[in-house]
Amino acid sequence: MTRLSRRGLLQTGAAAGVLGAMGTRTFGASHSEPKRGGTLRMGIAGANTSDSWDGRTHSDSYMIMMAHGCVFDCLTEVNAAGELVGELAESWEASPDAKVWTFNLRQGVTFHNGKPFGADDVIESLQMHVAEGAKSAAKPIVSAIAEMKKMSDHQVQFTLEAGNADFPYLMSDYHILMFPAGQVQEAIAGGIGTGLYKVESFDPGVRTVVSRVDSHYKDGRAGWFDSIEAIAINDSTARMNALMTGQVDAVNRVDFKTEPLMRANPNVMIFEVTGNQHFTFPMLTNVAPFNDVNVRKALKFAVNRQELVDKILLGHGAVANDHPIGPANQFYARDLPQNSYDPDKAKFHLKEAGMENLTIDLSASDAAFPGAVDAAQLYQASAGAAGITINVIQEPADGYWSNVWLKKPWCACYWSGRATEDWMFSTAYEAGVPWNDSQWDSEDSARFQELLLLGRAELDTDKRREIYHEMQAIMSSEGGTIVPMYANYVDAASSKLAHGPDIGNLWQMDGSRIAERWWFA
Amino acid sequence: MGSVARIILQRLVLGLLTLLVVSIVIFTAVNMLPGDFAQAILGQGATPEAVDAIRKDLGLDQPLVVRYFDWLAGALRGDMGSSFAQANFASFVGAEAGERVTVLDQIAPRFSNTMFLATVTAAIAVPISLFLGVLAALYRNSVFDRAANIFTLTSISSPEFFLAYILILFLAVLNPVLPSLSNIFEGMTFADRLEKTLLPALTLTLVVTAHMMRMTRAAIINLLASPYIEMARLKGISPMRVIVRHALPNALAPIINVVALNLAYLITGVVVIEVVFVYPGIGQLFVDSVKIRDIPVVQACCLIFAAAYILLNLMADILSILSNPRLRHPK
Repeated sequence: MTRLSRRGLLQTGAAAGVLGAMGTRTFGASHSEPKRGGTLRMGIAGANTSDSWDGRTHSDSYMIMMAHGCVFDCLTEVNAAGELVGELAESWEASPDAKVWTFNLRQGVTFHNGKPFGADDVIESLQMHVAEGAKSAAKPIVSAIAEMKKMSDHQVQFTLEAGNADFPYLMSDYHILMFPAGQVQEAIAGGIGTGLYKVESFDPGVRTVVSRVDSHYKDGRAGWFDSIEAIAINDSTARMNALMTGQVDAVNRVDFKTEPLMRANPNVMIFEVTGNQHFTFPMLTNVAPFNDVNVRKALKFAVNRQELVDKILLGHGAVANDHPIGPANQFYARDLPQNSYDPDKAKFHLKEAGMENLTIDLSASDAAFPGAVDAAQLYQASAGAAGITINVIQEPADGYWSNVWLKKPWCACYWSGRATEDWMFSTAYEAGVPWNDSQWDSEDSARFQELLLLGRAELDTDKRREIYHEMQAIMSSEGGTIVPMYANYVDAASSKLAHGPDIGNLWQMDGSRIAERWWFA
Repeated sequence: MGSVARIILQRLVLGLLTLLVVSIVIFTAVNMLPGDFAQAILGQGATPEAVDAIRKDLGLDQPLVVRYFDWLAGALRGDMGSSFAQANFASFVGAEAGERVTVLDQIAPRFSNTMFLATVTAAIAVPISLFLGVLAALYRNSVFDRAANIFTLTSISSPEFFLAYILILFLAVLNPVLPSLSNIFEGMTFADRLEKTLLPALTLTLVVTAHMMRMTRAAIINLLASPYIEMARLKGISPMRVIVRHALPNALAPIINVVALNLAYLITGVVVIEVVFVYPGIGQLFVDSVKIRDIPVVQACCLIFAAAYILLNLMADILSILSNPRLRHPK
């Protein structure tokens, strides 16, 4: 039913932040002047009966849209155009080594229960993620902070363990929501934040209603609806039906198969963006034959990427280039030479590795990404022409992430991507991190690992661009992961709705902030 | 009447035994599925440490037998525990055991929604089936009989979701008279709730009518060959009266049984309909819980389902005994 919605998707991925990247500009939609009013009814996939307002547990789109996108705020925000702007923080500055960060907080902000927002709230909200026994997905971010100091009621200073130029971006992560200090438990139980909408009713996995607060610091630039009703509809046919029959005004995750029918309906508009979400085939590079860079190169030329985009994503995606940095990242290397299907080159590299032909197993399950097994079979067919025999092993979906991923030498996987280059690389490609699914830390990755550390502490944008471009180039030609494609976010709304000139591409539904940014025309 | 009381008691004891067996079967079956709660809830983030931590929190590291008897001891005290999802979450925010949302808290609203749907469906389907059944028996082998048979058999033979989509097409898309989304919630007026429930109830009516109608028809026709019916006919009683007054009371036992069976189905077997219409019933909760291997919820749901079958069958048996003087006064 909700294959893309699996908890893993978000857990592994996607927080906010598109460093100066490109929100997708859409033409044709009516760009009327925003106006207040109306109830936005949404049919949202990715809801669970175990949902709560605890940002640490959020991993699926429903709660991200309701908490991050309606009820709570973060310190920073990535806007629809992909730029980092302040949310509860007004401004911030770093020491030259990017180790000490000072955030100036917005004044006059109150929580929904009337408590004023200040420095204490920031510190306590961050400490939640490293509390004893807390299994927060944002723990690596917060545990990198050595010290948090309250400078005044509206100024906080963070001292990091090591310099990190991306720190303000990390503060836009949807897990790191601002809760009222001393009332965290009540706030988690009832959903008390500083956001544009306050909770009216919340039935986990079924329905949530939130209403606009009377006055808010975003007045005049966001929050146009009077109230939002979010109905959990995990079944994709039911969700599409609900939009087509006008029961809801917007739905996420449009079913690719019915997308043409919806496009033909004049009352429905489809909005589609290419972000950082990508599907991968990681190889364990410490296991033969993948320890041979020539074998890896041969496999990179043995896959027909365009065919995968056309047949697995039905065109709703883009060809990727064997590195995890996507079009929503600031330093995405657009002009990198594209690895493409070339059986002769694959044969050549195989010969370099001293082999005439090669037989390998590829483990796949649709738990990895929708259509993963079909994708593996297409790979099998295209690799055959290069003398590479791929045995596709269909693994059970249950327990896939525990028993296959990180365990089998070659398997299918997906990543929803990260807002920043360093975040993505340090999650899955830095030597020694737990999710390193290609284990690429041998001699031949030395330069890559060195650049990773250099880039993190570098504040100069041009130098960072150079560093990250080089890292993408190295991964693309020698890395241990095949990244054949980026998968688009495809959502749909009633044509009664209108939106600004840009649609965020960091996450589905306009960066999960449709409730803030859209209005009834 | 003493014999009826004894039968009820006997059946109730047997029913409890059945529930015990069901609970054992479900417990082992869920455990035999690949993956467990910790792996399911963590997904891609299932590092060995995180999996171990959750297993330890929830006691999943204990042997199967120990866990079962822990659960059983709680259940016998009426404490169905907290779902794994809630227990895991509570350990997260440091909530006390007493503050946790229990399985019963979670199930109660869903179960009452399911009962509402079942009641609405039964209120439509049972009278229609009996009425059609009697008419079909009365005009057996006529065009009406054939038409009713073909229609109900076609609808029972089609997959539920297909019927649901057909009804949505005709009643929600082409002629928007009913909402295709049945997201009922607390605080709705009864009329709203009824309107939202109507489409799933109509779909289920199509699913269950054939069974009840054909049983009514068959039971009545079976009796029509009896001498006492012939006697009634010879007395010159009208065919309608023969059936309603003379045949139907004697055909009640099998009809009650098949009605009970279908009511039990309405309580336990409507997951597909719930998904198609986004109806927040117990079926969806059950399927979600199986998906994440949340054993306390799965167990509670299964016990409710099993109890529904047992009680409805018991009720059917009692009603058939009461409707039949020969059974009421055994020699």
